[in-house]
This record gives sequence, structure tokens and C-alpha cells, in this order.
Amino acid sequence: MRFNEAWLREWVNPAVDTDTLVQQLTMAGLEVDGVEPAAPDFTGVVVGQVESCEPHPDADKLSVCQVTNGADTVQVVCGAANVRVGLKMPFAQVGAVLPGDFKIKKAKLRGQESNGMLCGASELGLEDLIDGLMELPEDAPVGTDFRDYLSLDDTIIEVDLTPNRADCLSLRGIAREVGVMNLSPLTEAAISKVAPAIDDALSVTLADNAGCPRYLGRVIKGVNVNAATPLWMVERLRRAGLRTIDPIVDVTNYVLVELGQPLHAFDLAKLSGGITVRKAKADEALTTLDDQELTLRDDTLVIADDNTALALAGVMGGKPSSVTTDTQDIFLECAFFAPLAIAGKARSYGLHTDSSHRFERGVDPQLQSDAIEYATALIQQIAGGQAGPVTEAVDEAQLPKQAELTLRAERIEGLLGMGLPAQQVEDILGRLGMDISSNEDGLGWTVLAPSWRFDMAIEQDLIEELARIYGYEKLPSRVPAGSPSGETVPERIVAVRRLADTLMDRGYQEAITYTFVEPGLLAKVEPRVKPLPLLNPISADLGVMRTTLLAGLFSTARHNLNRQADRLRLFETGLRFVPTDSPDVEGGLEQTPMIAGLLYGSAQPQNWEGKRPVDFFDLKGDVEALLGLSDAQAFSFEPAEYPALHPGQTAALKRDGEVVGFLGRIHPRLAADLDLPGQLYAFELAQAPLQRGCLPSFEAVSDQPRMRRDLAFVVEDNVPAGDLIAAVRSACDDRLTGVKIFDIYQGDSIGENRKSLALGLTFQDRSRTLKDQEVNDLVDAVVSQLKQQFNAALRD
Amino acid sequence: MENLNALVDAALAEVEQAGDIRALDDVRVKYLGKKGEISALMKGLGKLSAEERPQAGAVINEGKQKVQDAIAGRKSAMEEAALNEQLASETVDVTLPGRGEMPGGLHPVNRMRRRIEDFFLRLGFDISEGPEVEDDFHNFEALNIPGHHPARAMHDTFYFGDGRLLRTHTSPVQVRVMEQGKPPFRIIAPGRVYRCDSDLTHTPMFHQVEGLLVDKGITFADLRGTVAEFLRFTFEVEDLPVRFRPSYFPFTEPSAEVDVGCVSCGGDGCRVCSHTGWIEIMGCGMVHPKVLEAGGVDAEEYSGFAFGMGIERIAMLRYGVNDLRLFFENDTRFLSQFS
Repeated sequence: MRFNEAWLREWVNPAVDTDTLVQQLTMAGLEVDGVEPAAPDFTGVVVGQVESCEPHPDADKLSVCQVTNGADTVQVVCGAANVRVGLKMPFAQVGAVLPGDFKIKKAKLRGQESNGMLCGASELGLEDLIDGLMELPEDAPVGTDFRDYLSLDDTIIEVDLTPNRADCLSLRGIAREVGVMNLSPLTEAAISKVAPAIDDALSVTLADNAGCPRYLGRVIKGVNVNAATPLWMVERLRRAGLRTIDPIVDVTNYVLVELGQPLHAFDLAKLSGGITVRKAKADEALTTLDDQELTLRDDTLVIADDNTALALAGVMGGKPSSVTTDTQDIFLECAFFAPLAIAGKARSYGLHTDSSHRFERGVDPQLQSDAIEYATALIQQIAGGQAGPVTEAVDEAQLPKQAELTLRAERIEGLLGMGLPAQQVEDILGRLGMDISSNEDGLGWTVLAPSWRFDMAIEQDLIEELARIYGYEKLPSRVPAGSPSGETVPERIVAVRRLADTLMDRGYQEAITYTFVEPGLLAKVEPRVKPLPLLNPISADLGVMRTTLLAGLFSTARHNLNRQADRLRLFETGLRFVPTDSPDVEGGLEQTPMIAGLLYGSAQPQNWEGKRPVDFFDLKGDVEALLGLSDAQAFSFEPAEYPALHPGQTAALKRDGEVVGFLGRIHPRLAADLDLPGQLYAFELAQAPLQRGCLPSFEAVSDQPRMRRDLAFVVEDNVPAGDLIAAVRSACDDRLTGVKIFDIYQGDSIGENRKSLALGLTFQDRSRTLKDQEVNDLVDAVVSQLKQQFNAALRD
Repeated sequence: MENLNALVDAALAEVEQAGDIRALDDVRVKYLGKKGEISALMKGLGKLSAEERPQAGAVINEGKQKVQDAIAGRKSAMEEAALNEQLASETVDVTLPGRGEMPGGLHPVNRMRRRIEDFFLRLGFDISEGPEVEDDFHNFEALNIPGHHPARAMHDTFYFGDGRLLRTHTSPVQVRVMEQGKPPFRIIAPGRVYRCDSDLTHTPMFHQVEGLLVDKGITFADLRGTVAEFLRFTFEVEDLPVRFRPSYFPFTEPSAEVDVGCVSCGGDGCRVCSHTGWIEIMGCGMVHPKVLEAGGVDAEEYSGFAFGMGIERIAMLRYGVNDLRLFFENDTRFLSQFS
């Protein structure tokens, strides 16, 4: 909502300056979005008049004029096409300074002296459009300072209104608020009924009473649509952000801004029969004022004559029935459309108008009669014409009722943390136009909201009004007594923060990537899952919900590698979205919290010892660090395949047999596809299994000596080390306290396709010193187990 | 006894000449060992009279002591020299960089998110999370935003065409928490949210923190106090100006927009605050009775407040980030500044 301060002050004029006024509006919930002067700074411009006008002897497009400022007459050279004898226009005299610090000096143009400049609206910063000289009315007093003449020392205020305050989408609404805040009286616009001079009228039929419970129409004949709209109105409209069109449109816009009631005028000659407000027929055609050819749906309310739809109700008029320069007679419409009948309709046809904006949010259902009378009077004042009687069709039962609400004193205190004296409650609500009366029980009031405060629906709305006018800033403030919530945080649960911290401490940098990704990329990374597509993505490359966090991390890697990064450690936490047919999953979509990481470059930051590139075991070490936070023993790594990863360097991580996630090196084909290096390693794991830790459980520390035996076994090189260790454990009892691989060897001395694994076995008994023989027996058991299971031989 | 003096002199000379510990030990054995030359003199004492014996013994002991002291002194000097040599050889260039990994860091949004969480955890709030692919009911209907509510136009929503959508705010978590439990409720819900909007100051994904406190006797005063404390904690400004402006959200009544004094210019007016001296930081209000009812809470018995804020906005103000889009480019040169 945009308006000028001078107009507002005609309605209500409290003794506060502009800054205070703006502050008051903002603090009343009508947030001021912008304050700007009605015109940029300029000086030395007066109303001038052209006394004579001759063609320039040496230039086709210039004229040499004698111009008076009321006292003196000077020669001015002018290039505008509309310059002519008798014309009054803004005249920048020598010494004037125009916007942009443009100084007007005495000059010669093609040999002719010029003492000043005749101005167009654009040169004075009043309009963007360059359109010749600004023509002033004949009664403009020559010599008057132009700023004074147009009251340009004025301020334009723009208020960003919340959707509930549709009552303030008008100057009158803003004025009401300013009046309430300052205890200032309101000067209402003078509106009186225009007595019909003719009998002409159109019948009005309401065919959708719920959508349009009130429709007023009136014929006005013999209007001069080519009359000039008076400057004062043009200026007010300009300051409200509206361009002048013709007197009829200008008046309807003016009433819209001042009272908040949208109106529309049809060319009477183009209507046939009576007016019906009805739902559109499916696929009914309508060309709107802005030349869009719409195909209507049958949920859309239209204004129609006996033949066809004339206008999209509450949104926009139609082109064929619109007022043109040839129009003689008009039919003026002023209706109340129910917000629900209009809401979303403009948008669904790609339209948004001042009218739809208001009807969607709500218009005062009691305003229509005043508005049509006011508009009629203004039209007659400017364009003449004879008005017929107002035809009103109304279904009172369908009109919104003024809200009657109970307000309890105790509830005020319960919501605001302080009570308000009864007198103050009655005063504030009274000033807001509410009828308030004490209830017999003495505990509260019955409040009837005015017709324009249709946002009042519940008791809390009234309390908010009290708080708003009393002042939020004056309400009490306290920190609520702390009572820890009932929920306990289980000690055995590893927080996601802890997982993130571990990765960070190992050099990882957290990334946050978009959860929607490019479908093509995702199909390459995870071709097995069909992702959930967005209906209205912001762009095609953010079209589907990610089924893996790796897509975003790979893109991030590429972004950074393209910018000379030579080492990357990245991780991200967040949901992945996997559609499923499982009936147990809400909405057929698994939204699983994951943690994913990516590793590239040297194993350590470059140092003076040379560098080693990362490999699978750096990646695995980082994953193991995460597992160490919960219960490393519960997890196992198994060779696995995963589309994005190298088949020979991929492990599935399992917990109790369930797959937790995958880790491995990027598949060389994918790396080539994504223009990424092949030495890139990544993991993606579900968070939940990593969070299931255990409570520490004390065991007495054993002081018995530990015995260590080192054994090297030669096996086929495809025997997984993990299986070997599992076999070692299975061959021993709990006296075996540790197994470590401390060397791996492959070479000619042990034969082709074989490897030697050196194992360090640690034995200890809790309560006594193990005898050599006992340890030897255990080692023998291990040797025979491995021989049997893997044909493993002890290496000499 | 001339022999003794000669032996001592010879021994001292040899101690002086000994080049290492081993040579020194040889000197000790040669003179002071069991079969040493000075030790042999002691054995000769037996030939002397009982009167001469003590004096002669003392003289020999004196000489022996001299040699022993010389050996000890020489040995300690040699050890000192050896240690010095070892230390010199083991000296490293301490100005060379250390070896190993430097810590990475949190994304600035999550860094700020943790700070926000920490404040509310101290106040006894729990952290709740909810799905990001939401249904219309939780994102809109239950929050008192019915189908054609104009507030829906303010939420440029991503849809999937089957009734589901990407949540436009973290407020649906409020409803889910209320549905699943019994009051009192004291939660914050941080997380990703989505709006179909992308320009200089909007990204289609961003982060919010929702807060909800529902209990008996909760008033607007509790809301004001909590929010003001939070903002002072977050920006670490003891006397940070905080103001509440009436506003509108369908799910709260009364509603407020919260401004803080511009942390960039201190309220004098600058580009960051559009020369108003104030920065809009969050929305809040008393939970609308319809929302309480949608969550199964008796609105006559309980009242509550809710608030919601964008984490990026606070992080930008706090860390001086001047372009929202940097947060999601994930350039490590940007990210590493928040380690």
C-alpha cells in the first residue's frame, strides 16, 4: 500500500512529524517499507506560459518561444513537439537546478539565445516516460513556484501489509490506525448519494450468492472519457504508484486507493441484456484488458451479460466491453466478492491486480454503496454525464457477519502476562471501532467488531489488538522458569555432533549441499533407485530429491578441484530420500539421516617429507574412527559392489548383518563421466546404527603378565585377512586378548599368488600367570585351525 | 715414598692423556686396580713397623685419593662432552612445520545452529526433528493455513504433485511434537526448509530453527524474555536493543516480528540495516488455539509461544558474510574460514 502523506493528513492530521508517523505505523504492525519524497529536489521551476512560438530558422525540430513567468518574458528554445502558443507548463528559469544537479544556464542553440528550459514530467523526476512537455491546466497561475503548485514537498509512504490487515489497503484504513494511535479525529471523505437524473438501469442477477452476495451497478450516460483528469488526482494516483489512463479508470483507481473498494466500468453500448454474476462455463473464452486470451475453468466467478462473460470477477475486466476513447455511456459496477471465491483465481490465470489483491484478503462488505456514490460524483465532476439509479442485488444471509466475541479479563492477563484496567480495554477497543459492553458476570466483555475488521475471529485477536495499541514495547518481559523437559538423553546414544566432531578433528570440512540434485548426475551415481521428482523445480538441474549424499559431494569436489584445490576432505550430514513400496513407511518415502564423506589428495597435508596419496585404508581408518565412538566390535566390513564405487575397492559396512552403508574408491567410469580424478574415496553411512553405543561396563584390570607370540602364515592371496583373524579368534578362548596384523608380504620366496600375513597374538589369563605349555597349546590350535580352514602354512 | 710420588704423577699424567672413558678405566686399573701399582704399595705396608704404618698408609691413601679424584673429574668432563655432542647431533629445526592433520570445521550454518541449540539446551529445551518431505496437513492445514489462505502465497512451495511438498518452514515439527506427546512441550526444531525462490537474497534451500514452549501459564512476557535473552546471547551484546513489532502469522496470535539494533552500525543506520538502525531477525507469537487443538492440546488449559528464525541470516550478520549464495557453493576457501 502506497500513498502520499499530504493526502493522509487531509484524513487525519496528528501533531507528529513524518519520522514519528512512520515509526508509529511500523510499531502498530503496518511495517513501513519505504519513505521517499514525492519529487526529487529541484529549484527555480515556475508555472510558465508560451506567448509566442516560431520555428527555429536553422533547426527543423526546434522552436523559438517567448515565455512569460508572469513578470518577465524571455526567449527559450524548445524541442518538444507539443509546444504551442498559450501552453502552460513547468518552466525552469536560468539559475534553476533540476534533478541530477542539472543547472540551467543561459545558452545559445544553433545561434538562438535560450533563457531557460520548458520541462516535461520526466525532466522533473515525476515520471520515467519521456512524453513531451507537461501540460498544465488553463487555470494554472503563471509565475507560481511549480513545487508549491503541485504540492511536491510531500512524502510517499509505502507500507508492507500482512495478509490479515486488508482493512489497511486504503488510505481510509491507514488513517483510522493513525487516528487510533494519536487520539486524532478522522475527517471522512464527503460522500452523498447522487440522485438519479435518468431511469436507465440494467438488471442484476446473482447466480452464485456465496461467491458474490452483493452487487451494485449504475448506468451513467453521456460521459466525456476524453476529459482531462485534474492534476490533483493525477498526482495522488502517481504518488500511489498508478498512472493516469482516462477519467473513468482514474476515478475507479482513486476510490480504490482512498476507500479500498475496487470498481469497474463497462462500455454500456457493448453490453447486451442484463448482468449476471455466475460461474464460468468450462472452456468459456475471455480476453482480458491486458490482451490475454483466457480459457476459463468452471470454478471461476465471472460477470456476464446475456451473451458472454464480460469480466473475471474481482480480478480484471474484459477487453471487448472495456471503456475506450469512443465510449459515451458506461455501466459502473461495485461488488463484494467473497475472499474464498477469488483467492487463488488470479494466480491460477497468471494474473495479479490491485483488485484481486484486495478481494482475496477481504473488502469491507458494507462499503459498496458509499463507494459507488463517491465514484459517480467524481466521474460527473470530471467527465460529466447523467447517472441512473443504483441497482443492488444482495443476499444478506451470505454476507460476512460482524464478529461478536467474548473477551475475558483473566484471558488478557493469561496471554499478555499483565492485566489491563477495564477502562483502558474499553477505550482501546472503542477507538478501533468496536462496540464493547461489559458482561453481566463482571468478568469480561462482549465485543462487536466493525465490518472492516473481518480479521477478528477469536478472543486472542482482540487481545492482540489491545497489545498492539497499548504497545508491545510496554508489555512485561521475563525468562520462563526453567524446568528441564522430561526427556532424558540416553548416555549410550552417540550424538550426531560427536560423529561430526570426529571427522572434523580428522581434517574434514563440513559441506551443505542442496537436497535436490540434477537427475542426470544422480542417475550416474545411483542408477538403481528412481528418485522423487519435484513438480516445480527451481531449475532442471535441481529437479529430483537426492537418493544419496554422494551426488552433492561429488559436485562439490568438482567445484573445488576446478578452483585449484589439491586436497579434499569433505563431509555432510542430512536426509536422503528413497521411494519405497513398503507399506510400513509413511508416504512411501524413506527419509533417512545419513553421514557421508569424501577424501582426495595426499594422506597428510603436504609436508617436508614428501607425500603419499590417500588410499582405501585412509578412508577405512576414518570410518573406523566413527565406529569407535559406539561399538567397533559390532561392525564388520565385507567386500561389496556399489554402482558409484570401484568393484575391487568397495566395502559394505554391516552392523549385526544389516548394511549400514558403503565405502570405497570412485568407480573409474564414473570418475571419467564426472570429470573427477580416479583417486577419490568416499563413504556414505546411515547415522542411526553409528549412534547405538553402549554403556561402559567395568571389568577388573588384570595384573597377570601378557604373553605375545608372533606367527607368519602363508595363504592364497585371495583369503581375506578379516576371515583369518576371525578364525584365529574362533580357535582360542578368552585367554586370547588381542590379534594384530603387523606385516603383509608378497614375493617370489613364498610363491606366486600367495601372501604372508604376520600376526601378533597376545594371551593373558585374568587370574594367574599362563604357563608356556598352555600358550603353546593355544598356538597349536590356531595353526591347525588355519591350516584346516585356509590351507595356511606357517612361514619359516 | 719417592716411588709413590712418581707413581701419582705418572697416573695423573695418564689421566690427563686418556682420550675416552675406556682409556680412563685402563688408567684406573693400572694404578688403582687390585693389582694396580698404587694398590701394590699398600700391600707393601706390611713390611713397615707398626709406628710407621699409619703415617705411610695415610700418605699412600692421599696419593690414591688424588688419582681417584682426577679420574672422576676427567670422567665427568668426558661424559659432559659426550652428552653435549649427542645433544648437538640431535638438534632439529624447530621452525619446520609439524606433521599431521589440522582440524577441519563445521559449515558456518551448522556452527551457528549449534550455538543456537546450546542456548536453548541450557534453558531445558529438547531438540526435535521432522521430515523434510512433508504433507499439506502438517505444513499448512494444522498451522491454520487453509487451502486458499493468502499466507500460502508468501510460501513459494515446492510440490511433488501427490499432496506432498517440501516443508516451507520448520513449524510442522511443532505439530508433530504435539501430536506425539503430552504437554508441557519445550523444544526447538532446527533444519532445512525450502522455498521456490532463487535470487541474490534467496536460495531455494535454507535453514530455520523453530521453537515451541507449551505449558500452563505461559504468556507473551515469557516469549519476550526468552527471545531477548537468546538474541543477547547470540550476538554477545549485553545491552543489544531488541524490539517487538506487531505482525501476522496464521499460527500465532498475537504475533510479532523481532528486530535487533543493527549489529553492523550500532543503530546509526548503514547498508546492512537499510539505514533504519534495525534488523529484522525472527518471527514469533503465542501459539494459535487452532494449532494447539490440531496438536491435541487443550487451549483453555495450556498456552504457549513459538518462534522461528533463519539461521543463514543470523550467521551472515554474526560472521559478516555478505552473500547468501556462498553458503551453498561449498568452496573450501570459504568453508575453511569457519574452522
